[in-house]
Amino acid sequence: MSASRANDALQAIGLRVEGSPRVAGAAFTGNVLPLLHEVRHALERLLATGEETTIDLASLPLAPGEFDRIEAALGQGEVTATLNALGPSEIRETRYSGVWLVTHRNATDEVMGRYIEIARMPAVLLAQEPDMRKGLADLALALEGRVD
Amino acid sequence: MRTQQTLGEVLASRGVSRRGFMKFCASTASLMALPPAMIPRIAAALENAKRPSVIWLPFQECTGCTESITRSHAPTLEGLIFDTISLDYQHTIMAAAGARAEEARHEAMKANFGEYILAVDGSIPMKDKAFSCIAGESNYDIFIEAVKGAKAIVAIGTCAAFGGIPMAKPNPTGAASVQDVLNEAGLQKPIINISGCPPIPTAITGVLAQYLTFGELPELDHLGRPKAFFGQNIHDRCYRRPFYERGEFAESFDDEGAKKGWCLYKLGCKGPVTYNACATIKWNNGAGFPIEGGHGCLGCAEPGFWDWGGFYRPLSQGDWGDWKTLGIAAAAGAALGIASVAVSRVKQARARQEKS
Repeated sequence: MSASRANDALQAIGLRVEGSPRVAGAAFTGNVLPLLHEVRHALERLLATGEETTIDLASLPLAPGEFDRIEAALGQGEVTATLNALGPSEIRETRYSGVWLVTHRNATDEVMGRYIEIARMPAVLLAQEPDMRKGLADLALALEGRVD
Repeated sequence: MRTQQTLGEVLASRGVSRRGFMKFCASTASLMALPPAMIPRIAAALENAKRPSVIWLPFQECTGCTESITRSHAPTLEGLIFDTISLDYQHTIMAAAGARAEEARHEAMKANFGEYILAVDGSIPMKDKAFSCIAGESNYDIFIEAVKGAKAIVAIGTCAAFGGIPMAKPNPTGAASVQDVLNEAGLQKPIINISGCPPIPTAITGVLAQYLTFGELPELDHLGRPKAFFGQNIHDRCYRRPFYERGEFAESFDDEGAKKGWCLYKLGCKGPVTYNACATIKWNNGAGFPIEGGHGCLGCAEPGFWDWGGFYRPLSQGDWGDWKTLGIAAAAGAALGIASVAVSRVKQARARQEKS
């Protein structure tokens, strides 16, 4: 069972962990606010110079529930895309245009990585040259009637 | 043995798109604790990386280290990285057995002499070398033979890195670490210690990924461990650290402090003296780590962790029983907390030296 499914299963039986961040006075690292400021600085930089930034959320110590707080703070924007390559990935624009939340999962739905990307478009969404070349060759074959 | 295929070819043959490859590279960068800005460089290097030959020798071990990495369900990143090496010998998981397995080892050593990575898990008995044998050969003899053609050695787990549980007092087999055996034999090879009981699987694959990517071994700390994973201690990266700073400690496993998730320092947590990446990489695909489960760190990635005088004794009591001096410092919390840890480290080291 994947970690997310295990958490869902725990939620389903109404288990409440005392000391979880939903309980007043529970453990927080205090990393959420500085992270949001880092995102703000990166967005300023993107506008001023075009420089893109990626923040790897695995590099930060986060208390249980703090990722949820980050997710809630960033909110939902206009675009959500799903990439199906080595498992599903969700690329979601947040309520702040140019700030994207990228979650890579493997084929068994386990999270491989979570990133905040500050860019006009996350690089992983752009069509890649080797894939386009293969697509061109496949299309040419199809048009020759050799492939249905 | 197909060591000539590049990683790019392996992934392409599996139908992995360029986007999939970029996703793989992003996860690999995270695995190696490299900044995301390095992803394009990793992609360029990995695409042309040749599959290195790896010979993995399990000695006095419990198979926990092998379990740690092989329990990952394919196709995880660990699985993919593992698929991109040529694992030519690992007697716990290889299909061949008996003489055929040993032949495979000798063939791989001969074909890749001077180039293969030698992975070792488990310590090596030195009191009587016959205490642990495989196919009639002692662990010591197998190891010494394999070392000669190895490019580098990766000591996987605390037993291989520092002696671990087999070395725990009274150390009946005279268990020794890989480094100690090399020293005894007068041999020299680069060693990477990936300690832990077991090590975090991503630390194992991270080292392999680093080697695949850059063709070189990672930067190491003073104990020969890769700094990317062992550069910071559990305490400094622990989400319960704010409680420590405020002097809020659980006094028992079922008191109010424990229920509120307060610091486990006084319940014996070894986080302040343990260097590992559990607090950030976590376990079971990121589900959590022991402190998140309400139990203190055991310090399993440090030398001699089994002989530290009790898992539930606070560091401030240590091995020497001087609770009054350091216990007060620990309880004082924020003001004295950091200094207390520093003193604890010094005292711990001194106590261990005095005892040995």
